[in-house]
Amino acid sequence: MTSFDAIVIGGGHNGLVAAATLAKAGRKVLVLEAGSEVGGAARTEEFAPGFRVSSVAHLLNRLHPDVVKTLDLERHGLQFARADFLPSVALSKDGPALMLHGAYGEVLTGTSSSEQSAWKDLRAQLLRYAGMLKPFLSRRPPDLAAMSLLETAGLGQTALALKKLGKEDMRDFLRVLLMNVADLLDEQLEDDRLKGLLAFDATLGSHLGSRSPASLLGLYYRLAGETGGAAGAQVLPQGGMGAVVAAIRSAAEKAGVTIRTSVAVARIIVEKGRAVGVALETGEELRARTIVSAISPATTFLDLVGPREIDTGFVRKMKNIRMKGDAAKLHLALDRPPQFTGADAAAHNGRLVIAPSPDHVERAFNPSKYGEFSPEPVMEITLPSLADPSHAPDGACVLSAVVQYAPYALKEGWAAGKPKFLEAIMAQLEAYAPGIGESVVHAELLTPADIEARYRMPGGHWHHGELQADQMLISRPVSGWSGYDTPLEGLFLAGAGSHPGGGVSGAPGLNAARRIIAMKG
Amino acid sequence: MAQATRKRPVAKTEDAAVSARIDAQSHFRTLRLGTPFQPRLDALAKTQDWYNWAGYRAPHSLWDEELEYFAIRSQAALFDISPMTKYRIEGPDAEAFLDRVTLRDVTRLRPGRVHYTAWCDDEGFVLDDGTLFRLSPTRFRLCSQERHLPWLLDSAIGFDVTVDEETEAVAGLALQGPTSFAVLRDAGFAGVEKLKVFDLMDFPHDDATVTISRTGFTGDLGYELFVSADKALSLWDRLMTAGELRGIRAIGYTALNRARLEAGLIVANADFTTAEHAIRADRLRRPDEIGLGFMIDPQKAHFNGRRAIFEARAKRKLRHVLVGLEIEGNIPAEHAIVYHKKSQEVGLVSAAMWSPMAKRNIAIASLVRPYGDTVVEDLWVEIYAMRELQYQKLMKRAKVVARPFIKLDRRTANPPADF
Repeated sequence: MTSFDAIVIGGGHNGLVAAATLAKAGRKVLVLEAGSEVGGAARTEEFAPGFRVSSVAHLLNRLHPDVVKTLDLERHGLQFARADFLPSVALSKDGPALMLHGAYGEVLTGTSSSEQSAWKDLRAQLLRYAGMLKPFLSRRPPDLAAMSLLETAGLGQTALALKKLGKEDMRDFLRVLLMNVADLLDEQLEDDRLKGLLAFDATLGSHLGSRSPASLLGLYYRLAGETGGAAGAQVLPQGGMGAVVAAIRSAAEKAGVTIRTSVAVARIIVEKGRAVGVALETGEELRARTIVSAISPATTFLDLVGPREIDTGFVRKMKNIRMKGDAAKLHLALDRPPQFTGADAAAHNGRLVIAPSPDHVERAFNPSKYGEFSPEPVMEITLPSLADPSHAPDGACVLSAVVQYAPYALKEGWAAGKPKFLEAIMAQLEAYAPGIGESVVHAELLTPADIEARYRMPGGHWHHGELQADQMLISRPVSGWSGYDTPLEGLFLAGAGSHPGGGVSGAPGLNAARRIIAMKG
Repeated sequence: MAQATRKRPVAKTEDAAVSARIDAQSHFRTLRLGTPFQPRLDALAKTQDWYNWAGYRAPHSLWDEELEYFAIRSQAALFDISPMTKYRIEGPDAEAFLDRVTLRDVTRLRPGRVHYTAWCDDEGFVLDDGTLFRLSPTRFRLCSQERHLPWLLDSAIGFDVTVDEETEAVAGLALQGPTSFAVLRDAGFAGVEKLKVFDLMDFPHDDATVTISRTGFTGDLGYELFVSADKALSLWDRLMTAGELRGIRAIGYTALNRARLEAGLIVANADFTTAEHAIRADRLRRPDEIGLGFMIDPQKAHFNGRRAIFEARAKRKLRHVLVGLEIEGNIPAEHAIVYHKKSQEVGLVSAAMWSPMAKRNIAIASLVRPYGDTVVEDLWVEIYAMRELQYQKLMKRAKVVARPFIKLDRRTANPPADF
């Protein structure tokens, strides 16, 4: 039997990135994926005969440039040009849509000239401040107890950059850092559609409303991502998200990584405080010097390791990670492309957002606090088949939407609630794209409960844990253990639950692999 | 409101539970609770010298500190330990649960045995020390100074075990001193002579059961008795009657505290600060820093704090050491500062006394390593002796000595001697 230096649990994109990076550093790596194919929540799947869609993640806006470079992904078919950048479209029921063109609104159309100039200022400010946070939101969080010279130097650079901002800007950066997004937008903008779009983006994927404290951080997180070298830019990859994962997989395999699918890990074998291997559900045992878990930190420790091998305080922290998803995913197979009011052809190819105002986002959020779904949900929609016909049969169309808010623990239960929620979503869609209901051939709605079951993400949360101030940076996944290593020697975390968080970035996987290499694991 | 509700007729058991809760609403008006032995203690409390032990009214002394101390060493002393925090831990995983929570190897604690242990947080800092009684293969009693229910319950995640606080439900007595065995035998606890040190056994008492263990906090021959609260008074009376001719005396904490110091035993939050009480970061202590390093077995399965404790050992992060001191002269050095070469401050005395048994001036002190560890020469304590409103400062030589300060053969003799 072949022996491996490292076993990676979970073949999501972070697991594959970690595996490929380790393999490139000379380690023999095995990836174990419980599902029938790799990619986790970033796959392209057929959901109705002839209709294919990116499963949970449907837009690429934060694949880390270091990941692209380290794995040489451009040579594996991932390349994006400016022309691929997708506009964001704030839909309205009556009248023309407002559009952010280029990389997150280099040009704004569909609003007044005063609003355009206000946006120009705000955009510059947001990108400047997101740029400040960028080093924090990409590399390993500072280790407060034992900081290496390199880390200290890195922090020093950030401090220097902060100083370079100038006194006024630095003060303002610190002032707005933990603000809620709605208040900041009210300070600087007038147009509710634009504000609604930004409020939606700030709260996307979080259990937060536009007026929840520190909701602005979500927007910074988004803008700290980049595509094709442009901050905030987004693309729809040709072939869907599955193509991105295929490129990463091909890089991993080229580096010598062995991938086994349909192999579920039952537990992590611990001997004398050290992780030494994994036991599969089939009973098979595999041993390696290094075990890398790219699945949820809570699942890793509470289920695979078990509380007996770790300390009580650590169990407490793991149990306290908030990770109840609040976003659903809708896939519609349509017999013809829909027509959204006020949107031109370019807009239909972009990211279409229904979030008419920050107040609307907040109102949509409110019921979710009490275990109810939004009666008038907010959502971002893509029509991937328009630009990539491989997604749908000729003349037909695929609609992919992330819909909020859909609390994981719905009070009435999702069995009863799901049809009602679908009805509410369809009513909302009908209001913005009259006639769309009649064109539906098949509808698939994935609630957080469905996402949990299908993609093995506890809570159905694509960040593997709420991405809020108290669960970020040195507190991610839990305080004291943000550096990818864990209380168990030989066991490392490499998934979205680790810093910086979720989204198709590959950053946690890359950082974890670098940490393992640095620790000679 | 509460009054009106209370008068409502009780129809169902559910309502009975509610009215019991309502009846208990005024609990806070009793600032210090009485123990199940309170009627007997109150009757004997000539000094009315009470203190607060974990929310209970407990005596510093009852009649005379000195004579109470000598009751421990020459007769039989009866001390109410009911306020001690007690947890009942039961279930198929009770052993595994306690093995994970506490330092010592619980798999080696046989049913019918007791051991002294301690437990730590994730960082290996001591949360408390206490005694663990193994009542059966699947049932334990954990006794400690501080309360730990949230910690124990969170530690129970993933174990098939129940943890219940039984401090109120179970009354406890320590019967300590040379005649303690004879008192028990005369009280009719047949077979008590079979108990060796750290053994425990159940005995019938008043249609119920009393658990007697050969344990104590005095370094003397002695026993501890646990009984349900409603049988407390009859147990007290049974012992007092049987012990009359053996010189049995009820005592307070001051006397016990002297005996424990002679025995070299430490008290949580007196000789070290427990991790959950410490506010200042440098007050936290790992087992090796308070003389409990002997509890740690590298071969044992995982336990709380294991990683941190071994890392601290490997990286030499253990900054403190707890030692026994013998100090010249006869003035107790209570809370005196310890110096090296009479000038450099290196630690503090946490407990001190003139020991009538050892005929030595003894103390327990915490020092900053290497003092007390590798550097033990030229240590001094500065005693501030108050002499008619003036401090007389005494610089006295201190010598690091082994604990216990006294070793009594009768503590461990088998069968126990009949005095």
